[in-house]
Amino acid sequence: MLTIDQRDTKVNTMKFSISRIAGIALAFGLAIAGNVQAAEQGDAAPTHFPIEQPKQVEWSFAGPFGKWDIGQLQRGLKIYTEVCAACHSLNKVSYRNLADLGYSEAQIKAYAAEYELPDEPNADGEIEDRPARPSDKFVGPYPNAEAAKAANNGAAPPDFSLLAKARAPLRGFPTFVFDVFTMYAENGPDYIYSLLTGYVDAPAGTEVPEGGSYNPYFIAGSSLAMAPPLSDGLITYEDGSPETVDQYAKDISAFMMWAAEPKLVERKSLGFKVMIFLLIFAGLLYFTKKRIWSSVKH
Amino acid sequence: MSGGHSAYVPKSGFGKWMDARLPLARLVYDSFVAYPVPRNLNNWYTFGAILSLMLIIQLITGIVLAMHYTPESTMAFASVEKIMRDVNYGWLLRYMHANGASFFFIAVYIHIFRGFYYGSYKNPREVLWILGVIIFILMMATGFMGYVLPWGQMSFWGATVITGFFTAIPIVGDSIHTLLLGGFAVDNPTLNRFFSLHYLLPFMIIGVVILHVWALHVTGQTNPTGVEVKSEQDTVPFTPYATMKDLLAMIVFMLVLAYFIFYMPNFLGHPDNYIEAQPLVTPAHIVPEWYYLPFYAILRAITFDIGIPFTDIVLINSKLGGVIAMFGSLLIFFVVPWLDTSKVRSAAYRPLFKQFFWIFVIVCVGLGWLGSKPAEGIYTTMSQIFTFWYFFHFIVILPVLGLVEKPKPIPASITEAVLAKTGNGDTSNANN
Ligand code: HEC
Ligand code: HEM
Repeated sequence: MLTIDQRDTKVNTMKFSISRIAGIALAFGLAIAGNVQAAEQGDAAPTHFPIEQPKQVEWSFAGPFGKWDIGQLQRGLKIYTEVCAACHSLNKVSYRNLADLGYSEAQIKAYAAEYELPDEPNADGEIEDRPARPSDKFVGPYPNAEAAKAANNGAAPPDFSLLAKARAPLRGFPTFVFDVFTMYAENGPDYIYSLLTGYVDAPAGTEVPEGGSYNPYFIAGSSLAMAPPLSDGLITYEDGSPETVDQYAKDISAFMMWAAEPKLVERKSLGFKVMIFLLIFAGLLYFTKKRIWSSVKH
Repeated sequence: MSGGHSAYVPKSGFGKWMDARLPLARLVYDSFVAYPVPRNLNNWYTFGAILSLMLIIQLITGIVLAMHYTPESTMAFASVEKIMRDVNYGWLLRYMHANGASFFFIAVYIHIFRGFYYGSYKNPREVLWILGVIIFILMMATGFMGYVLPWGQMSFWGATVITGFFTAIPIVGDSIHTLLLGGFAVDNPTLNRFFSLHYLLPFMIIGVVILHVWALHVTGQTNPTGVEVKSEQDTVPFTPYATMKDLLAMIVFMLVLAYFIFYMPNFLGHPDNYIEAQPLVTPAHIVPEWYYLPFYAILRAITFDIGIPFTDIVLINSKLGGVIAMFGSLLIFFVVPWLDTSKVRSAAYRPLFKQFFWIFVIVCVGLGWLGSKPAEGIYTTMSQIFTFWYFFHFIVILPVLGLVEKPKPIPASITEAVLAKTGNGDTSNANN
């Protein structure tokens, strides 16, 4: 029934070549584009940032069974509190959320009380400062964005609440396809880690503006308005972890990932149950369907 | 099934009573139990059912999200974060809805390309196809407005760029732009009306889906051979055959969706949308969501003015040209049933069409990739070549192929094709 007569084949081979040419032309177009991309990367003065792709760190929260390293998050909070909080706010996270980091109610209360914020008007209509409560959001270092800008050479330090999800340099084709299968979703913390450990002297010929620091990992330029915030020994760890920039950078990045995605572990563990359920269900359906269709040729 | 006889027999007394007053059970029985479907449908035919499921998921998650969301420009972003952090399973709702939208589009693209491949749009299914295109356009509008709601940087700037193209329309462009935005720039009024419309449009989609399924049940489905159903032997009853198959496909699709929801929920989104909208800070690259990228590439491919040759008279400037090309690339779907001149439905028997189909697929994927690239240098040139091919495929290839192509011999019936494939002379009736 599916025989093709001779003349037919000839006509088809001829036309076949037409469409093949079209196909080759398209492939050629793609190849040119690939070359352009390669050429761009080799340019002396890069116009696409970041100059360096983030380094990849092994995170405890990566992968299908990812879990927080509670000790790491606590160290991260310490770094945030002692260093970064001087400039960066964390205004979507509440003090009570620190329960996730294993702190007791009393500890959280004490931690919150270190900060002050304007109270509701009192009986005389005056507004006074009161200590923060666990239900309050983290109190930021500046009263408003203008003050933050003014204090930092015109570049306001971004809020930390979502930074670990808001910074993810594009990985490009075909890497992003592989990422689906390797379940790579740690672009954010990798970026922050790389940035914090990535300060180097600017190569000759690169201009660094006043108040800026060269950093090839920065997503929006070759330098940023934040001087290296970390140095070896800056923060004292009580749990014996190394007091190095590398360790600090990992800990604060993990903390920032938690701040941005506090439900990450809950999400993955629920996900596993859902996947198992769907897999078993799909398996049962598969055999049921096969059985039903077995009497019908299709 | 309209026109045909109904096989429904009410069993209980209440069933009989109801059937004489509102034969809803009869409608359901005839449409989803006894309804005959071709016995040779492959899995590409399960995407209609998958789309129905996605529509329901989007509706349910969307309605619950709307209970917690605040459509006000200074609070929208924070309200979404509250959903993510404080609402019970709010993160799940939001990730389901956001990734659900992407998967809705994955399913609809497969569904549409299934239609292209098997010639599903041909006589007598033109109206069915047109209803599908209307659904697709409504989906695009819904998705676009939904993306604005979290009020992130990409929400804001995507809305600004896309609505900005309306100003290209001569004479009325500026008025349309102002009407759309509720002002001269994207702001709180824009957010309010987009929220309202984002809630409304899915219900309009439901309406059109009902018509779509109605039209489907009038003409019946196509099948991979493209040969119409000729006898009862060619079909199987919807239940249990199609129901089981669709259910399995839905669950497999859910499995992939769940993988994204639970393990890579932000993979398909843009990181900049986790930065609250800042009207004074333009992102480095403004890109729409991935499912609009091919159309975005077409929009940006028109970088030249179109005028009367050898004069300086410009008839269509590049901006308007881009808008026309983009809308044209969608609207052309409406006339595909009349552009395709071939009498043979399925690509399985159209050797040339089959190749051009795959080239077209590559062109569309290529356009998507180009849409994500900056509109400069070689990317623009390539976008122009691909855009040209996109229209060339519809306007030239489809009509001409039908005239010059010599199709392969077509099987006499579905059953014959099935038996030839399974290599057995057994002609037992599928219905027993
Ligand atoms: C003296 C104030 C100051 C301190 C302390 C500080 N930062 Fe910053 N940070 C800034 C400023 C200002 C910017 C904005 C830089 C820019 O956009 O050029 C910034 C930006 C950032 C960024 C965003 C970079 C990007 O991609 O836009 C990260 C991440 C960051 N800081 C992390 C940290 C961490 C972690 C700490 C604590 C270890 C810290 N910062 C301490 C001032 C500070
Ligand atoms: C909300 C979106 C949609 C839903 C819920 C939906 C639903 C369905 C269902 C249930 C079927 C029957 C099963 C199947 O053949 O897969 C179907 C068939 C069909 N749909 Fe859709 N559809 C949607 C969008 C579209 C769009 C956007 C198009 C085209 C532009 C389209 C074109 C068709 C055609 C032509 C058929 C008949 C296919 C055939 O029998 O070969 N649909 N649709």
